[in-house]
Amino acid sequence: MTGILVLALYVGAFFGSYLILSRLLQRYFAREGFNKLKTVTFGDESAVKANRIASFLSVITVFFLWVAFTNSAIPLPKLPGPFDGDVTFTYTATLPDGATDDADVTIRVFREDIQQTLDEDGNPGREPPAPEVEPGDGFAKNDSLTVARYGFKVIPVWNNDDVSKSDGSKITHLNGQPVEPGQKITIAEGTIGLTDKGTPTFEPKTGLRMARLYLPAPEVVLERFIRLNQEGYQGFTLWEHTRYSLQRVLLGFLFGALIGIPIGYAMGLTNWSRGWFDPIVEFMRPVPPLALIPLMIIWFGIGELSKVILLFLAALWIMIIAARSGVSGVAISKVHAAYSLGASKWQILSRVIVPNSLPEIFTGARVAMGVCWGTVVAAELVAAEVGLGKMIVVASKFQLTDIVLVGIILIGIIGFLIDVGVRALENWLVPWKGRV
Amino acid sequence: MRFDLPNGGHVQALKNVTLDIKSGELMSVLGPSGCGKTTLLNIVAGFLAPTEGKIMLNGHEVTGPHPERGMVFQQGALFEWMNVRDNVSFGPDMKGMSRKESAENVEHLLDIVGLQDFKEKAVYELSGGMQQRVALARCLANDPDVILMDEPLGALDALTREKMQSLVLDLWKDTGKTIILITHSVEEALLLGERLLVMAPRPGRVHKEYRLPFADLGVGNDLRDVKKHKDYNTTREEILEMIWNMEEEIMGRAEESA
Repeated sequence: MTGILVLALYVGAFFGSYLILSRLLQRYFAREGFNKLKTVTFGDESAVKANRIASFLSVITVFFLWVAFTNSAIPLPKLPGPFDGDVTFTYTATLPDGATDDADVTIRVFREDIQQTLDEDGNPGREPPAPEVEPGDGFAKNDSLTVARYGFKVIPVWNNDDVSKSDGSKITHLNGQPVEPGQKITIAEGTIGLTDKGTPTFEPKTGLRMARLYLPAPEVVLERFIRLNQEGYQGFTLWEHTRYSLQRVLLGFLFGALIGIPIGYAMGLTNWSRGWFDPIVEFMRPVPPLALIPLMIIWFGIGELSKVILLFLAALWIMIIAARSGVSGVAISKVHAAYSLGASKWQILSRVIVPNSLPEIFTGARVAMGVCWGTVVAAELVAAEVGLGKMIVVASKFQLTDIVLVGIILIGIIGFLIDVGVRALENWLVPWKGRV
Repeated sequence: MRFDLPNGGHVQALKNVTLDIKSGELMSVLGPSGCGKTTLLNIVAGFLAPTEGKIMLNGHEVTGPHPERGMVFQQGALFEWMNVRDNVSFGPDMKGMSRKESAENVEHLLDIVGLQDFKEKAVYELSGGMQQRVALARCLANDPDVILMDEPLGALDALTREKMQSLVLDLWKDTGKTIILITHSVEEALLLGERLLVMAPRPGRVHKEYRLPFADLGVGNDLRDVKKHKDYNTTREEILEMIWNMEEEIMGRAEESA
């Protein structure tokens, strides 16, 4: 239900912001430069340029939706929230002889994440006491208790009554309305009802926002991010978790490239090497690195070595194939020209084949880095002592969703930065790519 | 030259091609596609070993590529990871010559081909015509005895092509190199060929040989004036007719076998 609402709001934001902004800010929606002169733009890919306002709004929209669906303290529009505070309803107990008595139930609904909040002194919050109420007269006495938001409470109203349930006291009315066991009545603060056995229940209204357990508010995640940097989690700070993950990826990729690129060149240059390595490469290429995790753990344990070897294997086949296709991508006329200019085999390799295969190698490196980054997180999810993946999986076991979110956001950002970095390196080293 | 095919058959790409090329000659080779021009050039360059016969140069047999035979390819044979100067210096570098030793010659060649303002440019920034100038200079930097050109101007537009034809003629006269030039443009073959070889297909063979005055006339002159020469058009028509008939023959044969 909530999912459909999120989707509807998102789609609405996509079309709505376009319809509104394209009228308000026409200047930014006009095509620029030469594209302005093109009359045919639908179908001309070169005329399509990312609208940066849209990119900005896209990020903002995600943030707004995030806030709107949480109990965030950020003053932005939010969906109806859960009920918070005191609520009182009346129950009517009827005895077998027909005598009836009314009594009040007062319930204090407190925030479900009260223990994760801090008061002014820096102490964790505590559950509030039940409100104080007078017992009242009659055989049914007034009750008072507490329940957390998003919670559910079965109310043992007979505990303080003069006549107990086993004596034949039955609840027949709630707030004056007659109810049968199993029925529910909706009130402004939530739902009251009777269980199948006739005991009153109360479920505070949840609204449409998510509990902290499912979706922590942005400021909670930010605060967790800061605390992870200061205090760390599971004995390591966030930076250390990140550094270990990155170090594994870089080491694994480095060894994969160091071994894989020469093998790829050999496969592209000699019959023997191609025949020798072809079966292994063709066999190992389709094996997802994730499938190797159990074997790596059996062989090398859960330490650094097993991770680095796993990532080495993840990068190796990709780099072999990239280097091999780099060699096959060398135009034969270049090789012929170099031979005619007096180059030796070694000079052909170092001066013609290696530079000419750089674009392919960089493409392979980008793929390999992406695969390695995905694999390291997965490997840490399975078993590790430190690392972003391990941080996430341990946090999820303790229902610390905010740490999980910090980890996921960080993994995404680092993956993106790796790709940007490799691409920048590529532009610097292979400026001729796509221009020949 | 016989190629074995994967299906067990074979193609006689060249048969009984005997040529004696004198030092300093400029010979253009013309023929319909598939007549073995490129195969012939690859054998001369040493990229292919002939099944029968041999190539002799300077008193020894050709067995593989060697700097004594420079190549100029149609396009895409420049090293785009090097700038213009490094491309031209490639040959001397391979010989182990220091940049100091080769610099003077390289600069001179770049000036000759008209690239004095583009020495530091990346190759991929140049137009097709300028790239071929680099290719010419790169080949000359090695001071080869024979220059083999495989449709060097084939990918250029008609206007650039005319300019480049003059350049090739001038370089030929200045350097006195022996040049074998493959082309499928009849005009280019006429203008640049001191000797003109027309080849016929299946098996590839020498069909007719001409000795033409136009190359000498064209040196230092406007090539458009050469085209007004009284013999130019008659020879051109004659050769076109010849190739046209060969093409007809190939098509006819293909239809028969189909």
